[in-house]
Amino acid sequence: MTITFRRETFRDDYNFSNSAVGIRRFPFPFDRDHYMYAVNIEPHVKGHPGTIYESLIDVDEHYVAEMQDRALVLAEDPLRSQSLPHMELAGWDLLELLMEQLAAGYPAHFELRRSGKRWRWVNRPLGIDDTFVFGAASTLPYGPMEYITRQAQGDFCILDQRDGNLWMDAGMVTTQADWSLDFDLGMNFMEWHAPVPRAHEMGVFDRALKFMLNLGQGQPMRRFNWTMTVNPRLDTSPETYPKWGPDRRSVTADNVGDKVHLRVELQSFWRLPRSNAIVFPIRCYLIKLEELVTVPKWARRMHRVLRDLPPDLVDYKGLTRWRPIAVDYLAAFDDGAATSPGIWPD
Amino acid sequence: MSAPSIAVRVSEVAAVTPLVKRFRLEPESGGRLPAFSGGAHIAVEMQDGAHRRRNAFSLMGSPSDTTGYVIGVRRHDNGRGGSRYMHERVTPGTMLRIAHPANLFPIDGRARKHLLLAGGIGITPLVAMAEQFARDGQPFELHYAARSPEHAAFADELLERFGPAVHTHFSAQGRRLACASLLAEQPLGTHLYVCGPETLMDEAFASARALGWPEQSLHRERFAAPARGLPFAVRLARSGRRVDVGADQSMLEALEAAGAPVASLCRGGACGQCETRVLACDGTLLHADHYLSAAERGAGGKVMPCVSRFAGRSLTLDL
Ligand code: HEM
Ligand code: FES
Repeated sequence: MTITFRRETFRDDYNFSNSAVGIRRFPFPFDRDHYMYAVNIEPHVKGHPGTIYESLIDVDEHYVAEMQDRALVLAEDPLRSQSLPHMELAGWDLLELLMEQLAAGYPAHFELRRSGKRWRWVNRPLGIDDTFVFGAASTLPYGPMEYITRQAQGDFCILDQRDGNLWMDAGMVTTQADWSLDFDLGMNFMEWHAPVPRAHEMGVFDRALKFMLNLGQGQPMRRFNWTMTVNPRLDTSPETYPKWGPDRRSVTADNVGDKVHLRVELQSFWRLPRSNAIVFPIRCYLIKLEELVTVPKWARRMHRVLRDLPPDLVDYKGLTRWRPIAVDYLAAFDDGAATSPGIWPD
Repeated sequence: MSAPSIAVRVSEVAAVTPLVKRFRLEPESGGRLPAFSGGAHIAVEMQDGAHRRRNAFSLMGSPSDTTGYVIGVRRHDNGRGGSRYMHERVTPGTMLRIAHPANLFPIDGRARKHLLLAGGIGITPLVAMAEQFARDGQPFELHYAARSPEHAAFADELLERFGPAVHTHFSAQGRRLACASLLAEQPLGTHLYVCGPETLMDEAFASARALGWPEQSLHRERFAAPARGLPFAVRLARSGRRVDVGADQSMLEALEAAGAPVASLCRGGACGQCETRVLACDGTLLHADHYLSAAERGAGGKVMPCVSRFAGRSLTLDL
């Protein structure tokens, strides 16, 4: 498959948008008309061509622009990429996983040649052609995790597994929904999830952790998470809050369709073979409300979900200030008709 | 969860001691096997006539070698039969199916030093660990306790490969492994990994605790509880049908295969999707999920067929 990469920005003039094909393949996360936390985990298996499941590590038309945005974030704040010393082996695991997936899924764009420990990696969209020794960090310009995640869309947390818990001991985090790797580094599963309302009491995290600890090699799993963001900004971090927080006040009835974006995270979990760690890629997809409403089923359902979202979730997700404007906008696209089950367009 | 299994060919079999054989397994279709971490094991499936056996064996090759897996199997004549089958029936060229590696005896990469204690055939996972530490330049010491040199499978190779990091302790020569003094002389930040007879593992843990070692630095081998189990049957109340659940499939898989599918998501006992009502149960529900509360289990009205099983006379589900 050959992809035409868009030239676009996720800051300043914010000229990001989705093509018509991009809209159709958007991962709309709601399979019913209301939303509540659940252990929504399913096997991460390939799906139909034309969906984001065509390849288990998805590359889309935003790839090049997202990688440029990541480089800008890292230049300003190198602590967005961190790896504790015992996590280097897991970094090599991740490098292998991503190179193999990218090369298998998009042979026109990526190529991996292995001859023993000597590997050659070609990334055509980013103009990279490197030869290195697998396992020898000195033969790469960055550590293995940073090297490969500068070339892969989405954030990556690498969790060390020990003492019956998962520890956030490495990561590359530049497209996050208001949380900080530098703050969470070294925390365990329960600690970094502490701010989430309701889910602890519902037993969601107890079950999810037990499930994750049993994750098998060769059986990746996935789930969706979502929030909404004003302007198509990937880097909504606590560190840069002053740059984007005030935008929440800029939403009006006139600009809401263009300014407000549904932000969907496709999160997958993979057991890494050499290190026994888990990698948790958090792939962020953005869609403008005016793009989303071009799919009638999604417009109706988005209206109902946002209208009926419990207040504590509204606050936690940071939607409080402009939600009524967005609900009014979406109401115009909801005639009250029944919606079909599942996430796909009709 | 049902792991996709891997077809392998046995490429080498070597008798290491009168009781221990070493097997090398290579991918049937060429190429590479999945990488693994020191301490990992695989489940090997053996088709013994009508009987399908699954035994777990530690991987003892180098974790850097993905061209083949090496396992060391001690023959247990009073065991369930898997090790005897491996010794008597498996020869070069035999085809087997294996599961992806899993690791319930993982290394803690933060340790300042790794102290490995093996008793008898418990040496096997520690060999892979030693290979990993040697490759990654991490300090380690391997202590191998056995009755006599003839009983210490792989000891010569280990001495040759890792030199002064390997220490043997042969009780028949009056050199019994002295856990307490060995542990007492270890530097702060050492992690202990022990594998062998329960008595050895208990003694090593007791010595370490007496010396005040933190629990987090004590590791002992565990194998996965069998993901599969004994066959049983369920009755579907709505259709009146009977569905047989084989030893090597889950109740969920059996229902799907019989055309009576149940909604599922995680297939690992966490999400709650496959919750099924139990209408009658003359026997014991073997709950293995993380979803039902203790109270729900106690009430006996629900089961998660993706992971749980049944033993007894009859089980009727609301399907
Ligand atoms: C092990 C990999 C995982 C990582 C690294 C991770 C990380 C995070 C982080 C950093 C947050 C933001 C917390 C904050 O407000 O500071 C979060 C939120 C959350 N996580 Fe996870 N998580 C993981 C797995 C899971 C799983 C398996 C579940 C399953 C149910 C889950 C459910 C949630 C939920 C419901 C939220 C709140 C999201 C929202 O309402 O926007 N997480 N997670
Ligand atoms: S399918 Fe998730 S609990 Fe059974």
